[in-house]
Amino acid sequence: MICLDGVSKVFGETGRAVDRVSFTVPKGELMVLVGESGSGKTTILRMINRLIEVTEGRILVDGRDTRDQDPVLLRRSMGYVFQKIGLFPHMTVGQNVGIVTALSGSRKQPACNARIDAVLSLVGLEPERYRHRYPGELSGGQQQRVGVARALVAEPEIVLMDEPFGALDAITRSRLQREYLRLHQSLGLTTLMVTHDVTEAFLLGNRIAVMKEGRLLQSDVPARLIRSPADSYVESLLETTLGQLERLKAIASEEAES
Amino acid sequence: MSRSGIAEQLELLPHYLGNHMALTFLALAIGIAISLPLGLAATRVRWLEWPILTFAGVMQTVPALALLALMVPILGRIGFTPALAGLVLYSMFPVLRNTVTGLNGVDSAYLEAGRGIGMTEGQLLWHVQLPLATPVILAGIRIAAVWVVGVATLSTPVGFPSLGNYIFSGLQTQNFVAVLVGVVAAAVLAVVLDLLLRLIEIAISRRKRMLGFVAGLSLMLLALATLMPAWSRPDGVDSEVPVIVGAKTFTEQYILAELLKKRAVEEGYSVSDLQSLGSTVVFDALKASRIDCYVDYSGTVWANHMKRQDQPGREEVLRLMSEWLQQEHGIICLGSLGFENSYALAMRKDRAEALGVRTISDLAPHSGKLSAGGDYEFFSRPEWHALRKNYHLGFANLRSFDSTLMYAAVHRGVVDVISAFSTDGRISAFGLLPLGDNLEVLPPYDAVLLLSPKAGIDAKLKRTFEPLIGAISNEEMRQANMMVDLKGTPVREAAEWLRRAIASDTSDTR
Repeated sequence: MICLDGVSKVFGETGRAVDRVSFTVPKGELMVLVGESGSGKTTILRMINRLIEVTEGRILVDGRDTRDQDPVLLRRSMGYVFQKIGLFPHMTVGQNVGIVTALSGSRKQPACNARIDAVLSLVGLEPERYRHRYPGELSGGQQQRVGVARALVAEPEIVLMDEPFGALDAITRSRLQREYLRLHQSLGLTTLMVTHDVTEAFLLGNRIAVMKEGRLLQSDVPARLIRSPADSYVESLLETTLGQLERLKAIASEEAES
Repeated sequence: MSRSGIAEQLELLPHYLGNHMALTFLALAIGIAISLPLGLAATRVRWLEWPILTFAGVMQTVPALALLALMVPILGRIGFTPALAGLVLYSMFPVLRNTVTGLNGVDSAYLEAGRGIGMTEGQLLWHVQLPLATPVILAGIRIAAVWVVGVATLSTPVGFPSLGNYIFSGLQTQNFVAVLVGVVAAAVLAVVLDLLLRLIEIAISRRKRMLGFVAGLSLMLLALATLMPAWSRPDGVDSEVPVIVGAKTFTEQYILAELLKKRAVEEGYSVSDLQSLGSTVVFDALKASRIDCYVDYSGTVWANHMKRQDQPGREEVLRLMSEWLQQEHGIICLGSLGFENSYALAMRKDRAEALGVRTISDLAPHSGKLSAGGDYEFFSRPEWHALRKNYHLGFANLRSFDSTLMYAAVHRGVVDVISAFSTDGRISAFGLLPLGDNLEVLPPYDAVLLLSPKAGIDAKLKRTFEPLIGAISNEEMRQANMMVDLKGTPVREAAEWLRRAIASDTSDTR
């Protein structure tokens, strides 16, 4: 469980990037934080694993204040999937995944290798084929599968994802979204995902939090968000997306008639 | 002459090349060992970057010859230590700069990712920053390696023999075979080093483990090879400690060093030499008994080391100098070799006649329209200041030349007056007129044989060199110099000619 309690972040002169945000991601939920770039959603993610420190308020992970924990150990206890180049170009796929367990030195090498293979299979990459390849030799979708494998290798309960599928083509994105949802459910993960893609938010999230200019506008289950938007911005965000869907359906039916 | 000349030069190669490589490898190793952590520190502690890079940059802009030469007084030693210190400083800049550039150039997304998956700062450095910066750092090391190989030739004048010996003595004595051997050997060494480092670079970027291993091993073997005793100098006879003869960087010095060696060998000594030394370095080397003997000139000791500006006469200078050397440094002056090699202002005969100049006093009124050339030291020597002051000389401009080129310069009219050496064969060969020092400003420059404090207590060695005292006339020395400078005779042959000339002199007088 992740719990934010009145969290703010002030960056020097530029002002409040995050302004008194409170929400809870219950255990086993997949919460999506949606908003435009600059809305403060990535800052929240980075505060949770203490890549940056909160200015005000506090963050509890499984009931413990993150400030009381060693930041390095805190990060190791969570999976993190990065937006762009998360993989190290000088390491093989196997090394990229294995580095996480190697860092803490908690496992013996054979056990490590078995775990790497297991987690690669989990994300749909044949270990034999991919273990010794380098990230540069993989497609974007395959790279992000490795990214997910790396986040899962240490068997974390919490996974943080920063626009994980944003750079992928539509078909690959859709396939990875579905596969991740399956993993989230089968492994019983607690996931907080950041995205600017409203459709993605509704396809994946049990809960959706909408952010704008550092403030949390609304946080709720998807159905209630659609039925009763708390704010005109939330409303227009949903209407735009729904409008696009309507337009697509209309075009599809026109094509069928002609 | 060319084939035997090359063979003769190649005999020296293992010694010079071995020295050169040992110096290069050690300087690079130390330079890298200092620069890597320093570069690292500069990327971690922001305010350190500027002072560190500026310091290394300044070391780089100091002319290499000066940098090495400066290490002699700073460290108070000659030979390997100052050469190594100078080269280490010289090698640092490219490694430092590329370490800083390489580490700073690592995409922040990788740093973010590393921290995000729970790397400590140390792990981030080791697993991410250093590997990603390695190609840039290696490129810096490659630059440093090539530079150091080149600059290591300048260890010769500070008293550590290297491939520079070929180049310095070869240029002075017109032995272009020697120059070529030195240059080619240095170039080959630089290319081989660069190639091996390049292979390591390729091995890393293309992840060819075997290639990296082979290239790395070759480098290691090369470095280890320089430590092998086989490289040590060839002319020492086993365990016997050889007599080491010093020489400065001009023809006469090389010939006299060869003559001293021949003499010592005749008496059963094994010999060795330390040549092409800077003129203060050779004196320091003698003081420290790093060399056993060399020939200097009374006026040089008088003006440069004793700092005297007065001129009490030839005999008196010789006597006072001998006393001073003995008392101050324990150096024994065995006596004058018989000839004088003085500084003399000289100009082309036709020019001198046209201006009606026979003495320096005659020259003074014209000096404002004339340009003067000197060897590297001349215009900073006390003798020049004394000349200028006493004769009121004010040349339109002053130019320094390599002493070999100085004669050609006055001959071709590039300059009007030069600081010639009176025993140089080129004075008569180029039709130059030495101008009379009518005010007797310049001290006498008797060639004197000096023995180090250690060699001075060897009575047999003193007896060995005694036959040379008073044995060489001005004319004989000039002839020997001319053989080398104008006819391209090898130094060894010129020395042999001089030895025979001396022998026939003594038989004549008997």
